[in-house]
Amino acid sequence: MRNVRDTARDVQNGDASALSVLEESLAQIRRRNEELNVFLHVDEDGARAAANAIDGRIARGENVGALAGVPVALKDNLCQTNIPTTCSSKILEGWRPPYNATVVDRLLAAGAIPVGKTNLDEFAMGSSTENSAFGPTRNPLDTSRVPGGSSGGSAAAVAADMTPLALGSDTGGSIRQPAALCGLIGVKPSYGLVSRYGLIAFASSLDQIGPLTKTVTDAAMALEVIAGHDPLDSTSLPEPSPSLVAHVEDGVAGKRIGVVRELIDGADADVVASVERAVEALKEAGATIIELSVPEFRLGLSAYYLIAPAEASSNLARFDGVRYGLRVDGDDVTSMMEATRTAGFGEEVKRRIMLGTYALSAGYYDAYYGQALKVRTLTIDAFRRAYHQADLLLGATTPSVAFEFGSKTADPMAMYLSDVFTIPSNLSGEPAISVPFGTGEAGLPIGVQLLGPGRSEGQLFAGARVLEIADGRP
Amino acid sequence: MTMPDGWEMVVGLEVHTELKTNTKMFCGCANTFGADPNTNVCPICLGLPGSLPVLNVRAVELAMAIGTALHSTISPSTFHRKNYFYPDMPKDFQISQYDLPINAGGYLDLPDGSRVSIERAHLEEDTGKSTHLGGSGRIHGADRSLVDYNRSGVPLVEIVSGPDIRSSAQARTYAAELRGILIATGASDGRMEEGSMRIDANVSVRRSGEALGTRCEIKNLNSLRSLTRAIDFEAARQVELIEGGGTVRQETRHWDENLGSTSTMRVKEEADDYRYFREPDLVDLAPDQAWQDRVRDALKPMPAERRAALKGRLANPNPALLDALEVVIDLGLDSYVIAALDAGVEPDLAFARAANEIASDLDGVGNLSAESYVATLRMEQGGDLSATQAKSVLAEILANGGEPASVAQSKGFERLASGALGEVVARLIDENPDEWARYRAGDEKLAQFFIGQVMKLTKGQANGKDVIAELQTRR
Repeated sequence: MRNVRDTARDVQNGDASALSVLEESLAQIRRRNEELNVFLHVDEDGARAAANAIDGRIARGENVGALAGVPVALKDNLCQTNIPTTCSSKILEGWRPPYNATVVDRLLAAGAIPVGKTNLDEFAMGSSTENSAFGPTRNPLDTSRVPGGSSGGSAAAVAADMTPLALGSDTGGSIRQPAALCGLIGVKPSYGLVSRYGLIAFASSLDQIGPLTKTVTDAAMALEVIAGHDPLDSTSLPEPSPSLVAHVEDGVAGKRIGVVRELIDGADADVVASVERAVEALKEAGATIIELSVPEFRLGLSAYYLIAPAEASSNLARFDGVRYGLRVDGDDVTSMMEATRTAGFGEEVKRRIMLGTYALSAGYYDAYYGQALKVRTLTIDAFRRAYHQADLLLGATTPSVAFEFGSKTADPMAMYLSDVFTIPSNLSGEPAISVPFGTGEAGLPIGVQLLGPGRSEGQLFAGARVLEIADGRP
Repeated sequence: MTMPDGWEMVVGLEVHTELKTNTKMFCGCANTFGADPNTNVCPICLGLPGSLPVLNVRAVELAMAIGTALHSTISPSTFHRKNYFYPDMPKDFQISQYDLPINAGGYLDLPDGSRVSIERAHLEEDTGKSTHLGGSGRIHGADRSLVDYNRSGVPLVEIVSGPDIRSSAQARTYAAELRGILIATGASDGRMEEGSMRIDANVSVRRSGEALGTRCEIKNLNSLRSLTRAIDFEAARQVELIEGGGTVRQETRHWDENLGSTSTMRVKEEADDYRYFREPDLVDLAPDQAWQDRVRDALKPMPAERRAALKGRLANPNPALLDALEVVIDLGLDSYVIAALDAGVEPDLAFARAANEIASDLDGVGNLSAESYVATLRMEQGGDLSATQAKSVLAEILANGGEPASVAQSKGFERLASGALGEVVARLIDENPDEWARYRAGDEKLAQFFIGQVMKLTKGQANGKDVIAELQTRR
């Protein structure tokens, strides 16, 4: 499947019809979806209607937007009007939102063609997409392994050439980690750059929507479309969408890049080797490399696993059987709510709701949630100090390549450690990007991570592009 | 009620007022009362997955206006989530303010000269409204519960007083004065019967001079009468309990208007842990000085100031006049009365027609200018209109507009020639010899009988005073 840039160009020029691009996408989905379990819902009719509309507008000579005819996969925690939206949970099975997420509206306005909704860890809680009520997604590069998570379905859609673009959400690494495990570019934008309106919340202060693609330019194109102020999201940054594609080829000459020990320590040897080779590539491209230690990053995981569950315990309260989704009857309203939530939520979701409820409870708040907020502040301060010394930071995205099914499901802590390198950026609200760089065990891809201060996406894309070229994808 | 000797009640009130904004607190749905169930709803106020709140600036302004009128300090504030499960709350949490309210501190001076401190006046969203069918009409034991989410997300300000109130009468005065302030700020229509102002009362009792007793909170008192009765009942219950050797348990109590008593809703030990935390979907609220100044400058005079101004116009007001004055202040009809007094209308009349006739059709005040009010009252005072006719003219103008003279003319209201009145009176005396005899014997009540009969025969055109004069001459 052609990438985003080439597809949009061909469609805009009339060299390919949006419908033919779509049919190619749908054919690939039909070929591989049963095996991989990527899409929970494919909207063939809606997508064809949208593609025909694009082709009609092109025939009339109209401007059809930056993503004209580009098929896009949506993580199934993004609302699309009248399309089943489940968060991979039984509790929402059958629910159809009456509205579009802002990102969906913006994709449509740019001419993109939403083809369907992808599998995820239930309510985005997980790192392997094994926590889905509708079965796990397989990694297209090695079907005995996980694609990562929680945006595992979105990553697999792009990796399996079903669509050139997918959107995911990243609360603690849920875009970057599956991108790394599936050999893709994955971007967690600055908090507030992309509207969260229509993203079903896991942890509101950490969630951000971002793209998964095969190339850096594709990711920049997609982010330009979905970014920018949205009056429907109070936490949305006030500025319009920044210019990003224009900065992809800026390079890193003269940039100071801090290699952070805490974003490498504990990673497998093949991952460490990739990061070291990435350092050499950046140096060769003219960057100054600085060795940094940011000890506060070690505290991030603990803080995250209090803050995220605390917010989730409140965000997921509304799934109570009263208004929509699953309802399991009971003798009275309280027992109905209990029965509904008991039947509707999976184990990991229940675990985090209980953790979060506990962390916010009277008598425990200060020791847990309150303490975690202090650690969050420490993390933000630590980033600020690091960015006095360096323009960008570099580390691994994940400690290992894609792991095998079931290898971490018995031990939640082992699974949580998959996110140890990605969590600090969510706590600080700053952007980060995962770029494939080299391969490791069993020839599987390795992701390295570039991190930057708030709104530095342009610089991150430039750095990522340097690595992309150095890794043999000019 | 007076407390038994040696006992004192201690009361603090929490008043929830719905803000009179065009739209709800966090979405664009209409904020109106009485629409068909679940018609003023959208993904946001239904708390649908993925929806987010955006704060209504007008709600903030009205909250600031309330705080300014109550001498509060307007402070940088934050929103919190108050978490608990209830079917009429679509997100199963309420967005409220917690440790940092928009209005902190303040006070309210009452007409009786007392001062009640204000602890805070904070913003929060209202819940939907449940109707429980079957059973007791409450959620437990109901056969079915229906929820109307039209009210969900309507902006509220909760005004919390200090425990400074010492009698049910003072509580009533406080609530009435606060209601006047809420109306004067434009924040509320003050319609307690529609639930736009709801009161919870914290009541405790103590022997004079002792430390504060354990309090009980009585929920949802929806009229001034309920407030007074509930506080009196609750204080008496607590005194009786303690005098009988018992102790008051801290609890939330329900007021039953029909039984005239309070009963346990839930005891403190069972109270929910609301797990408050900062609402991550909203940003902090910090109105700058310029905005605060604009709100202060836009405030109209408060009831206390207006009351003083009107009282200054009255030499020796009788109790009926003072009652009318309170109605005029309460409903903001000052300008009519002042215009009438300026034009030389008798105070009794100037107040009465506003407190009765205008008050009965407040929706029509846009149709009635102060000039028309004055002109109508002058016609009545000069005898060109009877009282009945003047009321009818005012009612017509309030309902449909128009000028007093032409309205009176179109209704056929003309002053009855004195000869004509004499003929009618003479005829009535002939037809009612018994009544006439009793009147002549000194039974003054019979004057009203004759006035009534005259009014019927003249279709209200006669003036009551003229009828009495006519009767007197024939007595």
